[in-house]
Amino acid sequence: MKRMLMAAVAAGVLLAGAGAAKAEGELFLYNWSNYFPPDLLTRFEAETGIAVTLDVYDSNETMLAKLQAGAAGYDVIVPSGYMVAILIDEGLVQPIDTMSMPNGGLIVAPHDAPFFDPERKYSAPYMWGTTGVTYDSARVEGELEESWKEVFEPREELQGEIAMLNDEVEVYNAAAYYLGFDKCTESPEEAQAILDLLEAQKPHVKMYQSDGTIDRMIAGEVIMHHQWNGASHRTKNDLPTAVYVYPKEGITFWTDNFMVPADAPNPENAKRFIDWMLDPENVAVASNFTGYMNAIDGSAEFLDEALKANPAVNMPQEYADRLRPSIDCSVEARELRNRVWTRLKS
Amino acid sequence: MGAFVDLMRRSRPARVGALIAPAMLIIGIFMVLPLGLMAYVSILERGINGGVQWGVHTVEAYVAFLFEENLLGELSVNPDYIRIFARSFILSFVTMAICLTIGFPAAFYMALQPEKYRNLLIFLVTIPFWTNLLVRNYAWILMLRSNGLLNEALLGLGLIEEPIELLYTNVAITIGLVYSFLPFMVLPIYASLEKLDLRLVEAAFDLGANKRRAFLRVVVPLAMPGIAAGCILVFIPSLGAFVTPELLGGSKSMMIGNLIQSQFGAARNWPLGAALAFALLAIVLLAMMVYLMRFRRPPSAG
Amino acid sequence: MMAKRTRNPLWRFTGVPQGAAFFFAYLYLPIFVLIFFSFNENRQATIWTGFSLDWYGEVLRNDDILAAAGNSLIVATTATLIATFAALVAALGMARSRFRGQDAVNAVIAFPLIIPEIVTAVATLLFFVIVGIQLGLTTVIIAHTVFCIPFAYLPIRARLEGMDKAIPEAAADLYANEVQTFRRITLPLLWPGILSGAMLSFIISLDTFTITYFVAGPGATTLPVYIFGMIRIGITPEVNAISALMLVVSILFVSLSFAVGRMRR
Repeated sequence: MKRMLMAAVAAGVLLAGAGAAKAEGELFLYNWSNYFPPDLLTRFEAETGIAVTLDVYDSNETMLAKLQAGAAGYDVIVPSGYMVAILIDEGLVQPIDTMSMPNGGLIVAPHDAPFFDPERKYSAPYMWGTTGVTYDSARVEGELEESWKEVFEPREELQGEIAMLNDEVEVYNAAAYYLGFDKCTESPEEAQAILDLLEAQKPHVKMYQSDGTIDRMIAGEVIMHHQWNGASHRTKNDLPTAVYVYPKEGITFWTDNFMVPADAPNPENAKRFIDWMLDPENVAVASNFTGYMNAIDGSAEFLDEALKANPAVNMPQEYADRLRPSIDCSVEARELRNRVWTRLKS
Repeated sequence: MGAFVDLMRRSRPARVGALIAPAMLIIGIFMVLPLGLMAYVSILERGINGGVQWGVHTVEAYVAFLFEENLLGELSVNPDYIRIFARSFILSFVTMAICLTIGFPAAFYMALQPEKYRNLLIFLVTIPFWTNLLVRNYAWILMLRSNGLLNEALLGLGLIEEPIELLYTNVAITIGLVYSFLPFMVLPIYASLEKLDLRLVEAAFDLGANKRRAFLRVVVPLAMPGIAAGCILVFIPSLGAFVTPELLGGSKSMMIGNLIQSQFGAARNWPLGAALAFALLAIVLLAMMVYLMRFRRPPSAG
Repeated sequence: MMAKRTRNPLWRFTGVPQGAAFFFAYLYLPIFVLIFFSFNENRQATIWTGFSLDWYGEVLRNDDILAAAGNSLIVATTATLIATFAALVAALGMARSRFRGQDAVNAVIAFPLIIPEIVTAVATLLFFVIVGIQLGLTTVIIAHTVFCIPFAYLPIRARLEGMDKAIPEAAADLYANEVQTFRRITLPLLWPGILSGAMLSFIISLDTFTITYFVAGPGATTLPVYIFGMIRIGITPEVNAISALMLVVSILFVSLSFAVGRMRR
């Protein structure tokens, strides 16, 4: 037994050694796994001599909880827009003056002045996307209406063939758009109406799940999926009949941003990294990898053709007025939302 | 060292204390103290952005567990959390019962093997769990879905006419939970069966007991400590399971684990999350106490 | 073998080999599916399109995932060693005497089982921050050790219960000193319980995600944390491949330890 354990330790040390740093400068990047091309990190390390250590989280909220509890030591984090506002409000991040960085001027409107950080004082854009719906047009008669109606009051052929994201905020927001309510409503009556809609929809929902959305569509487990547009793009790679819908009642658009925590050990390296990622060619590599659009002028020429040709990612201008920013709601509104969600699943 | 050994030899309480100390210290410092902190969090006001407001006290979280405010601001009993707790207890109990049914023969079989193979079998039971929790659940999705392995096999054998819907049901959750917790039932039972005194069984047969009687009267009582340990190790952790209900159950209904998880996540309500955890702790400890008082046997019977 | 069958009265109980066969089939079937899909050429983890070894190449080139696997093995091994030791001595202490408060001790040891992971996770993190302990791999090991103790303790305790107390006492009468008694008699008798407890600790540590996530410092990402972080973008067969590699490592250990055991004999 002891020998075995010794062997385990030895193997562990060997494996850990494979990822050890070699340069003097360091950078601790805190991101979702698989949300940054490994080759690009290698390139950054080669160009700058800064050794990057990648740590990962699985949602904005767990990252927030960890920072709120006092965890320190990260140089760059990648929160979504609404979380940017919270992090600033909580004093958990430091100003970086993105617009005055060498590549700061390349950020295209409206990403240069988002509501959550109007002067881009604390954050720089990484990727942005929308949360809409994908369906397999080969398995549906005719064309679906561009409306949340098809999702919440599905026609017969779609009943039991729908998957929703397992995300309290996204599901609730979509229902609020469809009913024409403010998604941050503090009215119990409106929350009740949302609950009624979701409960009526539930029997037709095969599952609520946020992971494996691409597999599920390709395998034909469901016909329709509440989905992020980048995932929809990758679904289409294997399932050419997949169609992404921008519902006319409104569709959430979100941005993921680079920020630097207040207690970052290497803030200068962090800023260098962020500026490097505002370079059109570098950020295009990231877009090609993730399937999401970036916000940098001049990156288009480096993008894959498939990405540019897919309306799910390269949004046609006529849909622009359907976009609704992802925002954080008041405590009262969040309480109502959580009660709706809990009751839906109790 | 010599003096220490001497003390150990002479004083029984000191020896017992010294033996229990490492475990008590580790759990005391790194579990009980943090939990005390959490108990404090559960009576704090939630922070606007999540977290808590240190120093602002309220019992709101405990009220919210049992009651909800209706539109007029009156309190009425909130059935949601109670339903979620009840569902979790039922599913965990079923999981435990099935683990026992499947696990007992396996543990029995392991104990019957020649001595040199027994340790190997312990490893065999745990090797599958060197893989990752998520991919194990994914493997079950592949097997259970309507065009999955299980349905194909049943169709091929002519046992069913058309695919049965297993995935995203409570059946799927149970299959997944049983799978996750089987080793925790098998190994403790094996550990207590392995020392089984065969002469006792032989004697039972010699005295004319049939298989059933010999099993129930001799084998089961001897395996009882292992069964009890296994049941605890399966039942309690499966109460808090959150990955399997999400992946195999399609998240259509929550278990306690999901509920509490969401209070530290999207709901950003730490005090309620903490209060829910203490409600769970109280229920489980109460159940353990009742069990101890009603079923405690004299040591000789164990 | 046949002789053994007739001699051991337990073989008279029917259905045992069949039950065990079912058990092992149930245990290993998903594992075969999982390994099969590690050879999938498709980027999606659950859709088979053709044979390929690409994902193994990806894993071996991916320093982050290898470092995470290494961290997992270090944490699981260390936590298992400490937890099993603490559990073993505690079980011995509890077995040798009857005293008031024994139930309380049992309840405290069961605490880590009962509290849902997320609560333990946040509580432990708050505690580390307040006390001022720097987060890193050490904090992960501490948190895992706490969590592993009940998993190691219960099988050992089950083994000890009802064990013939007369044996160690008889040995003591024969002037064997305590350490000798322990090494020659008690330890071998307890071995199945210790091994079971240690193995359970090990696998629970390998799977523990939420606690690890919260108490890990920069650079201390473990395999489950890494894999959960992939959820948003999609799990690839890379995860199957690294899982298959972990299986190979585990089988190597087992074979090695048995080979060494043989040689010593």
